[in-house]
Amino acid sequence: MRYLPLNPSDRAEMQNVIGIDSIDDLFADVPKEALNPVFDLPNHQSEMAVERALGEMAQKNVSGGQGPFFVGAGAYRHHVPAVVDHIIQRSEFLTSYTPYQPEIAQGTLQYLFEFQTQVAALTGMDVANASMYDGSTACAEAALMARRVTRKNRVVISGGLHPHYASVTRCNSELIGDEVVLTPANIKGDEDLIAMIDDQTSCVIVQNPDVFGHIRDLTPIAEAAHEKGALLIAVFTEAVCLGALQSPGAMGADIVVGEGQSIGNSLNFGGPYVGLFATRQKFIRHMPGRLCGQTKDAEGKRGFVLTLSTREQHIRRDKATSNICTNSGLCALAFTIHMSLLGEKGLRTMAALSHEAACDAADALSALPGVELLNDNFFNEFTLRLPNNAEQVVEDLAGKGVLGGVPGGRLWPEQDDLHNLLLVAATEMTRTEHIRKFVTALREVL
Amino acid sequence: MTTRYSKDHEWVSLEGDIASIGITKHAAEQLGDVVFVELPDGGKSFAQGDDMAVVESVKAASDVYAPISGEIIDSNQVIVDDPAKVNEDPEGAGWFVKIKVSKPEEFDELMDEAAYKDFIA
Amino acid sequence: MSMNPQGRPTAPIETDPVKNGPTHTGNKALQIEEKLIFEIGDFHGTGVDFAQPKGLSPRLGGLARKDAIGLPGLSEPQAMRHYVRLSQKNYAIDMGPFPLGSCTMKHNPRLNEKMARLAGFADIHPLQPVSTVQGALELIDILAMWLKEITGMPAVAMSPKAGAHGELCGMMAIKAALKARGEADARRRVLAPESSHGTNPATAAQCGFTVDDIPADKTGRVDIKAFKAMLGPDVAAIMVTNPNTGGLFERDIKEMADLVHEAGGYFYCDGANLNAIMGKVKPGDLGIDAMHINLHKTFSTPHGGGGPGAGPTVLSEALAAYAPVPYVVARGKEFELVEKRSQGAETSFGRMTAFHGQMGMFVRALSFMMSHGIDGLKQAAEDAVLNANYVLARLQAEMSPAFPGFCMHEALFDDAFLKGTGVETIDFAKAMIDEGYHPMTMYFPLIVHGAMLIEPTESESKEELDQFCDALLALAREAKAGKADKFKAAPVLAPRRRLDETAAARKPVLRWMPPAQ
Repeated sequence: MRYLPLNPSDRAEMQNVIGIDSIDDLFADVPKEALNPVFDLPNHQSEMAVERALGEMAQKNVSGGQGPFFVGAGAYRHHVPAVVDHIIQRSEFLTSYTPYQPEIAQGTLQYLFEFQTQVAALTGMDVANASMYDGSTACAEAALMARRVTRKNRVVISGGLHPHYASVTRCNSELIGDEVVLTPANIKGDEDLIAMIDDQTSCVIVQNPDVFGHIRDLTPIAEAAHEKGALLIAVFTEAVCLGALQSPGAMGADIVVGEGQSIGNSLNFGGPYVGLFATRQKFIRHMPGRLCGQTKDAEGKRGFVLTLSTREQHIRRDKATSNICTNSGLCALAFTIHMSLLGEKGLRTMAALSHEAACDAADALSALPGVELLNDNFFNEFTLRLPNNAEQVVEDLAGKGVLGGVPGGRLWPEQDDLHNLLLVAATEMTRTEHIRKFVTALREVL
Repeated sequence: MTTRYSKDHEWVSLEGDIASIGITKHAAEQLGDVVFVELPDGGKSFAQGDDMAVVESVKAASDVYAPISGEIIDSNQVIVDDPAKVNEDPEGAGWFVKIKVSKPEEFDELMDEAAYKDFIA
Repeated sequence: MSMNPQGRPTAPIETDPVKNGPTHTGNKALQIEEKLIFEIGDFHGTGVDFAQPKGLSPRLGGLARKDAIGLPGLSEPQAMRHYVRLSQKNYAIDMGPFPLGSCTMKHNPRLNEKMARLAGFADIHPLQPVSTVQGALELIDILAMWLKEITGMPAVAMSPKAGAHGELCGMMAIKAALKARGEADARRRVLAPESSHGTNPATAAQCGFTVDDIPADKTGRVDIKAFKAMLGPDVAAIMVTNPNTGGLFERDIKEMADLVHEAGGYFYCDGANLNAIMGKVKPGDLGIDAMHINLHKTFSTPHGGGGPGAGPTVLSEALAAYAPVPYVVARGKEFELVEKRSQGAETSFGRMTAFHGQMGMFVRALSFMMSHGIDGLKQAAEDAVLNANYVLARLQAEMSPAFPGFCMHEALFDDAFLKGTGVETIDFAKAMIDEGYHPMTMYFPLIVHGAMLIEPTESESKEELDQFCDALLALAREAKAGKADKFKAAPVLAPRRRLDETAAARKPVLRWMPPAQ
């Protein structure tokens, strides 16, 4: 078997040294009736056979590169330079471990330090951690952090937050006894969130741009929250927006969380992704997740180590800030490599191209009879109201080779009034002919 | 002024009805280099045995319990700014809080120096 | 043409050993010092070429970014050098044994990487119409089937993003089940061995439970008498790792399961050590109610310097109804993604993450499982256990096993063998670095003083194990011979000497800042 180096004579020799007659002597503690049961599973296969079987499964899926692609709502199809995937596959990155022995993990620690710096700079905040599982769990962890910081237990969630994020946050916060106030889905981006903040509020969670694409100034919400002793948690699902929009930090956010998948990482059908988490200096001891810090070694050379670990599960155990043990290592590496190549200049260009593509798509699609654009402003994703049920439209579009966005019914299954909505996203990869094909196909299916 | 010791390795120095509290040299050694201290706010009251403060080293974190009941009248900002003081002088400049004692009889129940020396041996 | 008659020296000339002094560059041959990107990159440049934006007036609601971001863009050659140089400062499985107990650092097959990168898996969006991703749903369903069959459990939640996330899933399901029985308020206590991984009590606390430690007996296993005394009508669940964190199979596990069920509680099993028993034992046969599986441990998905992981969680019949959405259901030849309660998920406790789970890790894990087959998985478990016992047998000569008898897939030592030498566990570990090995897990589990937990996995050949054991035996002898200074100074050959973690924690510097003007 190609992955197992021991051969029968090795095994025999080793059994001799150990002093046993059969391998099952080492399984003597297992209840007899439970040892060596029958499994209904196939035996080993060659690499060729596995490739064939998995290749056949992959072929059954329609991939983003096969045609016009406008799907967003939390994951975005951007171009990633070839060198990124090449570097993350180096043995020393791919097959290394959490940097608990810093002397032989300076590679990992240095890129984490660079990653943390990039995330803090992009979000306009003081510090960032070494990544979380994804944007949705980062959002949930932010709400738990706000509870620790403010010692209050009422979480107010904007109606513009991605419904999956809201679900995950509610699931986690209610578990610990918080009251979670879910504002109804806010299509126009005009909810009065400030009116919902009271003295019991620990945090207000606002996505910007929101799930419908609306952009808003968070400053008044930040001020209102602070007046009542609550924290503003700003959320983004499209990291590239930070190359075009006012940073959440500049607008007064206390915690910024979001999804970093757009930079360096493929769509991967939903995972693995990379959660970004940033906050103010005064809150660092309340942050969940890993943190990498700068220090010196015994010879005075600069080096990096994981730090402030006493917040974490392996020391605090039941008093930890969170139960988290992993970050999203390799995805964070992909993010930081791509961001290192882009720089501010490249990210701004990428953002501008994404926005322009979205503007072209919005104009072209809303010119169709019966199709209404609901946004005055947007970054690279906007909402259309269609005359028909959007889920059926999307299915029909797929039949014509166009992946035309996310229908309201997919994200808000219980809300019939949203089932005619279609969320459409564009990026620097969206070409004019894609938009043209989308328009043609949409005209045909409506 | 007399000093007594708790089973959780805190020392208490009583002068009148004001007690200074900190962690013992033994406790500081067990923890290793102290990197962070979380002290309670002034005016807060604690019963004997309540969670009162937290002290962290790089590899460990420890709750500090109120060795006797009382109200916080002062917290030592020095150890918040410079946690190394706790290792340098845990039973002097590295004090944690001063409290106004509410049940002085609790002080007599704590160990004296000789008893504490035996306890940690 | 005649032969070249001019030879030249090909053997090194004997000279005095070169002192390990500083070079002009600070580099040491292949070990190259590397600055931060902010110190080498152009803040006004970029290493990515794009078409020129048209410069249309934006529709950003007047909220275009005014503040600078302040990040450099590197050209591709600069980026390549930067990351290749960084990579050379990391130890990795591909380089040598990574004997970290409880981490299962096995070989990461490259077929897995190739399969995960097929466009049909990597370039599909989770919210595409389900009819366009049937192959993806099929893969998740097949993987789920393998996980259920290997563990002998009827249901599995695929969405948790990591092991600890899987623990949260299992405990959330238990809490939901208790709530459904009207006992959530009555049952607030969770029992976990004092040897358990820190994520166990942290997870329980995150679910609003209090945690009580179950003591270990002198064989290193759960003290069953103490355990019985701790059970009561206020116990929600027990969280037990099996084999446990000392590498020992909990002999009384069936009794523990029966007892907690009788007391009305549930059995959460931490599946981190599944590598010892896969193909040999079905955890479902032992009475568990939920168990997370670390795909990045048992099923070889790469550790990637700290992540991403994946923690699918198998569930018993009693808990299956509470499983989180979404999940895949096979309906004849088609696959359905159950995302909403009206699709039959009325009792689900909710959603743990956006989208569906770690698809990239699913592809890799299934590729591993199909490659090994059940015969290969069984052989892998046996080899993992054999390797650990071989290491235990050889190292006993100089080191002190924490508990008597054989171990499972990992061997636990304490620091008794270092008593009186002045060398601590950490010093011993740092000396291993100079010998070319990543240290084993240190100071865990907490029930043993100065713990050293060694898990070789099935990926180590006998040659590698012998070299590894020879090195550790030599170090142990050296420690006992009074060479404490050498250990205290170690490592001396690594890219960095020991780092000041105290300073890092006292005055945290968590990002680069531009120098003050």
